[in-house]
Amino acid sequence: MFDLIEIKDVEKVYRRDSIEAPVLSGINLMVKDGEFLALMGPSGSGKTTLLNMIAGIDKPTSGQIVVGGTDISKMSESALAKWRSSNIGFIFQFYNLIPVLTAYENVELPLLLTKLSKSERKQHVESALNIVGLSDRMKYYPKQLSGGQEQKVAIARAIVTDPVILIADEPTGDLDKNSAEEIMTLMQRLNTEFKKTIVMVTHDAHTASKARVLRRLEKGDLLPAEAEAA
Amino acid sequence: MKVLKLIIKNTFRHKLRTFLTILGIGVAVMAFGLLRTVVTAFDSGVQSSSADRLVTRDAVTFINPLPLSYLNQMKQVPGVKQITYMNWFGGTYIDQSHFFARYAVDPNTFFSVYPEYEIGRKTLSEFESQPNTCIVGSGLAQRYNFKVGDVITIDGDIYPGTWEFQVAGIYKPEFKSTDAMSMFLNWNYLNEEVKQTFPARADEVGWYVERIGAGANPGEVSRNIDALFANSPAETKTESERQFQQGFLASAGAIISAMDYMSFVIVGIIMLVLANTMIMSARERTREYAVLKAIGFSGRHLIGMIFGESLLVSLLGGVLGIFLTYPVVNSFASFASFLGTQLSVQSITLITASAAVVIVGIAAAVFPIQRAMNTRIADGIRFVG
Repeated sequence: MFDLIEIKDVEKVYRRDSIEAPVLSGINLMVKDGEFLALMGPSGSGKTTLLNMIAGIDKPTSGQIVVGGTDISKMSESALAKWRSSNIGFIFQFYNLIPVLTAYENVELPLLLTKLSKSERKQHVESALNIVGLSDRMKYYPKQLSGGQEQKVAIARAIVTDPVILIADEPTGDLDKNSAEEIMTLMQRLNTEFKKTIVMVTHDAHTASKARVLRRLEKGDLLPAEAEAA
Repeated sequence: MKVLKLIIKNTFRHKLRTFLTILGIGVAVMAFGLLRTVVTAFDSGVQSSSADRLVTRDAVTFINPLPLSYLNQMKQVPGVKQITYMNWFGGTYIDQSHFFARYAVDPNTFFSVYPEYEIGRKTLSEFESQPNTCIVGSGLAQRYNFKVGDVITIDGDIYPGTWEFQVAGIYKPEFKSTDAMSMFLNWNYLNEEVKQTFPARADEVGWYVERIGAGANPGEVSRNIDALFANSPAETKTESERQFQQGFLASAGAIISAMDYMSFVIVGIIMLVLANTMIMSARERTREYAVLKAIGFSGRHLIGMIFGESLLVSLLGGVLGIFLTYPVVNSFASFASFLGTQLSVQSITLITASAAVVIVGIAAAVFPIQRAMNTRIADGIRFVG
């Protein structure tokens, strides 16, 4: 398997007025195609910042991030937006569904940016909702769904464009134990069955154990690789 | 689902707030429409002034009358094609709240000098031959349900007594801006009555109106008329009808200017109402906008969505306001006959209101767009509103 994500000497420093706050220093990380990586670390360790940079929603202060052969650290905002729409699927802690749209419409959102016809979009949306097991909840609004179901809709939204990478930021952080288990099983299925490369941030060791590779961050440094988590 | 559907769904996310915003814009647009209609009505007399008419009045004030004997001398002035004269009759119909303009006019010449007041030959002949008759405007007839043959009783003030005039006909205004709210009575009848009751005030006219021939120089004709009566006990001032109308309205100038300014202040108020709603919406949706940006929606998409929502609310408010303007103007017109013209919502008012609504819709979206664009995705996703 080739290295899908290559992070080379990445540093990130946040600046506010004259104060500089280094968040990440000298990060080097390779993520293979089809890998399921969990990033763990205490608050402020820089794990979400690293995740955001891999996803192309933040840029390193120095260093290089190459995804699928493309150096995304030098891309413009508009080019990044286009790149994200076809390469990245996002799964957030608080689901972040649009409350005025049904489950179907929420999943359809990323497809509005494509040239697919209405019937093609329908096919994609139904297929994504079928994968997450919510075919019977298409017309439900987010407030009519449980937390676990909302996160499943969010996962369907993340996979509907068939992206190469899934980015998950604390995907079970707002769920009860059973729902969290279901979501992690689903994510493992997406990794093994649908060959999605997943990069997940979590502070929960049990959730992290579902990934195949675990890396820890501490005070902006990436600690040496540990044994495979699962 | 299309982006338009998303805009509509977002617009009505907070139904009560959207409804109140639309209502607020609607009421403001209605107030704007009413004020512009009144300002336009004030101005219509000036706008409808004829370029080939001059008005001669007393040099000191138009309240002072001029002798009828000036008529023959003025007719001789080169360039004067036709001439007529009239008096402000005043008086009260029913009570002070039922005000409309009442003029005593020379029946033989008035309608030739003012062809925009259209009446039939038969009606004119009856008006000329029957002394105690009058001609009323179609707007006035409609308001008071006057019909030919009806008797209108006026309680005189400038000319004391109870006066009765039979309606000989109803004139139609040629243009929309032409006054349709006046009553014209026979000057000869008034003069005969005055001769008997107030002989000292007989054979006096309020002002003369001259129609000048093609090619005549209005300034020169005016100077020649005034020169005739220089150093006389009643010197004259001759000016274009437009200048005369403007001078007449000067007394109400401050009110008109205030209404003019107020109408545009209202546009500012509409913008604040809408901007407030849009800023609240944008703030609440900071996280959603960040998510949309994260999944690939570009700045252009967000701009379209926010502009679309702002424009939709302002247009709905504008449509409501324009619909409200008509009944409000009609009900206001019933006690605003002092304007001397029929109050009606003009196309220019509708165009101005629509343009204002579109501009406001765009302007109100600028700040929320700026906020949505400038918020980093990572910050937006963490935002707790």
